[in-house]
Amino acid sequence: MKLEIKGLTKRFGSFTANDHIDLTIEPGEIHCLLGENGAGKSTLMNMLYGLLDPTEGEILVDGQPVTFKSPSDAIAAGIGMVHQHFMLVPVFTVAENVMLGREQVSVPGVLSRRKASAMVTELSERYGLRVDPGTLVEALPVGVQQRVEIIKALSNEAKVLILDEPTAVLTPQEIDELMDIMRSLKEQGTSIIFITHKLREVKAVGDRISVIRRGKVVGTAPPSTSEAELAEMMVGREVKLKVDKDPPDTGAVVMSVEGCTVVDPRGHQVVKDVSFEARAGEVLGIAGVQGNGQTELIKALLGLVKPDAGVIRLDGDDISRHGPRESLDDGIGYIPEDRSHDGYVGAFSVRENLILDIYRSDEFSTGLALKLDDIAANADARIKEFDIRTESAETPVSSLSGGNQQKVVVAREFSRPLKVLIASQPTRGVDVGSIEFIHKRIISERDKGTAVIIVSTELDEIFTLSDRIAVMYDGRIVATVSPDIAREDIGLLMAGATPDSGPASGKTEEVPA
Amino acid sequence: MSTQAPAPPPGAAPEPAEPEPRTDLRDPRSWLPSVKVTAGAFVIALVIGAFVIAFSDDDVIESLSYFGSYPWDFFTRSADAVWSSYSALVRGSVGSSNAIASTLNRSAPLICAGLGVTLAFRAGLFNIGAQGQLIVGAICAGYVGFTWDLPPVLHLVVALIAGLLGGAVWGAITGFLKARTGAHEVITTIMFNYLAASILIFALGHDTFQRPGSDNALSPKVDDSATFGKPLGDGFPVHTGVVLAILAGFAVWWLLERSTWGFELRAVGANADASRTAGMSVAKVYTLAMLFAGLLAGLAATMQVLGNQNSLSPTLPGSIGFDAITVALLGRATPLGTVLAGLLFGAMSVGGVAMQASAGTPKELTDVLQALIVLFVAAPALVKGMLRIRETGGGSTVMAKGWGS
Repeated sequence: MKLEIKGLTKRFGSFTANDHIDLTIEPGEIHCLLGENGAGKSTLMNMLYGLLDPTEGEILVDGQPVTFKSPSDAIAAGIGMVHQHFMLVPVFTVAENVMLGREQVSVPGVLSRRKASAMVTELSERYGLRVDPGTLVEALPVGVQQRVEIIKALSNEAKVLILDEPTAVLTPQEIDELMDIMRSLKEQGTSIIFITHKLREVKAVGDRISVIRRGKVVGTAPPSTSEAELAEMMVGREVKLKVDKDPPDTGAVVMSVEGCTVVDPRGHQVVKDVSFEARAGEVLGIAGVQGNGQTELIKALLGLVKPDAGVIRLDGDDISRHGPRESLDDGIGYIPEDRSHDGYVGAFSVRENLILDIYRSDEFSTGLALKLDDIAANADARIKEFDIRTESAETPVSSLSGGNQQKVVVAREFSRPLKVLIASQPTRGVDVGSIEFIHKRIISERDKGTAVIIVSTELDEIFTLSDRIAVMYDGRIVATVSPDIAREDIGLLMAGATPDSGPASGKTEEVPA
Repeated sequence: MSTQAPAPPPGAAPEPAEPEPRTDLRDPRSWLPSVKVTAGAFVIALVIGAFVIAFSDDDVIESLSYFGSYPWDFFTRSADAVWSSYSALVRGSVGSSNAIASTLNRSAPLICAGLGVTLAFRAGLFNIGAQGQLIVGAICAGYVGFTWDLPPVLHLVVALIAGLLGGAVWGAITGFLKARTGAHEVITTIMFNYLAASILIFALGHDTFQRPGSDNALSPKVDDSATFGKPLGDGFPVHTGVVLAILAGFAVWWLLERSTWGFELRAVGANADASRTAGMSVAKVYTLAMLFAGLLAGLAATMQVLGNQNSLSPTLPGSIGFDAITVALLGRATPLGTVLAGLLFGAMSVGGVAMQASAGTPKELTDVLQALIVLFVAAPALVKGMLRIRETGGGSTVMAKGWGS
């Protein structure tokens, strides 16, 4: 099936999200759509999938113009979509999820699980998507859940499969497996639109790469194009993919953690006997696949959860029982993993969010009264310093782009003297241009003598920033390694291979006790 | 589905993003849509109300029987009925100094209790308990008012403080339960309403609260030394409690918009997780917000028991505590909006009685109008659609946190 997009335009009021987009998806090709957050990729895909009406332009399937009033029209035309956030029912089995919406029946009114299972097995064999139809979806790892989504789309006889940022939630190994699946789908004649902002991936798997910037297709490139060139097309200017940094000037231990254990409300030990030290002037990267205890560990460091065992020390003082307020006052800077959830108040203005955790200082309040002039002056200064793109300081943070929202959080945390900076996923969902900026600021904070702890599931980020890398797996720090370790070796550690059994043993060192 | 918000692309000059409704009075764009929607809701409610008036009028119904041969009668009689009702409504509420004074006296408790609901709303709490807080406040203020013997001004102040404390304690208990145990405030405040209503009935059955020589469940009269005076005399019989209501409106505005405590309260109301991460105590905010909400309901109670009625009876609270929720919703959970909505409800309540007296329209019609106005304000998309208002904004509905939290 050949899919053509001609002059497709979408306007929201005076804002043009997509401006005369032309694209052709040939049968059996992997067409990558590369662009920063807010460039208009999702708007385009939502129009293709019938979720948004185009303002102008047309979509052609095999040369015939089509209009999609709803996703069911798009599905009938042979378009399938795997969303970034999976649309699965966790307590249903794989087979039940796949037949959801077009249930297989034996007698009318009676579900036939056997027919559904047979369909799943048939599809998974044909495309090499290994999955057991009888397992509950909630028991599956994220990568397999994604396979279920793909099977679901294929069971609708999708000829064009849209994958919206499919790699954001996967481990390096799962990403490799997904790419194999994409190649095998391609061989069977399915076209794939692969949406991402990761340069490495498009080069690995794409047949053609279309770059979208500010709602326009700025060019289509072959996969042989260099990463630097692609980044420049995406951002519209030259981008440094690596921050320049000097070797660390490491000082005294600022934060030390000994035997930290956290039990979650369901009674599972999510952080198990973790010990490490963070020194002034160095960046300690904590690598690991999402959900291996990093979230709970850094919450314990700030005092959002109390460790069930172990000691956390800041400058030698035990702060294990401190709450967030004391920790913040003690000089811990905290950039949370999920900014919209924990990092800012969406309905509050940029100005208010810039003082969200420092409003109680003498600088911004006397007694009960807020010092409005000082708050406004602070906002103007931070907006300028951190290049926060906002209409005004009064604009609610929820209406900023992801990168600018993150800049608000970063600007706030960097606006007071810090002893330790804890940053979790500091550039998640942030565009390439802002990533460069935030990374630079983190390194300059390090150079001021702050101990920096970075938690990230992005290996690129870990490698770019870290002076030492601790790898977390299943609640433990399984190894602490130097950043010149090979990518594959750290991937193995993240997947739970023990250091001495893997080929990485030569370069890893056990955690110093 | 990650629907793409029309956010300005990075690197672009900042696009004029959608103006969100904010109360920056310097910029008409920020409030004009809200005002248009509210005004639109009024117009639609008045139009529907006109139909209700017309079709509940006997003369109009009669004229329908010969509509085919002489339709003119139907229209003139309808217009007559509508005009006389609406003009009576306006005259009765703001048509004379007496009417204005009655409106103000009626509005004052609605404003205070409404402010309590507004305050809780901003902390993300749905305070259904204004009624109970008001009842407890009334019992305390009334008790001090008719049993203690104190010099004039002091007596009023002490009774006032008793009322405030009563309401505050009643509110704070539910806030504390929420903060400590997570018990949902909607459930606890409703149950506390029942408790308070039963306590009032029980108290009125007790000798201390029984007016000598009366068979009704009625308390003694509050001493004159403990009642709000009417300093402007009979020409404009407005009691001094009204001033307190306006001051309360100003105080709530200052607390919410200008104080560190209000900053915490609004932050917790909008995103409790981010507030906790920023070092705020969500439990403290919940408890204090409900305490102040109860305090304001207690203030409303003093207006009733020390101002409007001067004695305790089972009917004293009326439905003020529940109307307060509607007032706060209509006022979009802002202090100024709540004061204006309280004045409107007071006016309609006073005007409704006058309308029934002079035009014979049932005073329940004012309830219909109130309900319609709030209904349309709560459904801004409907009003925008009906009146073809195209601007964005003005559509924010007041939301407390749902059941899940």
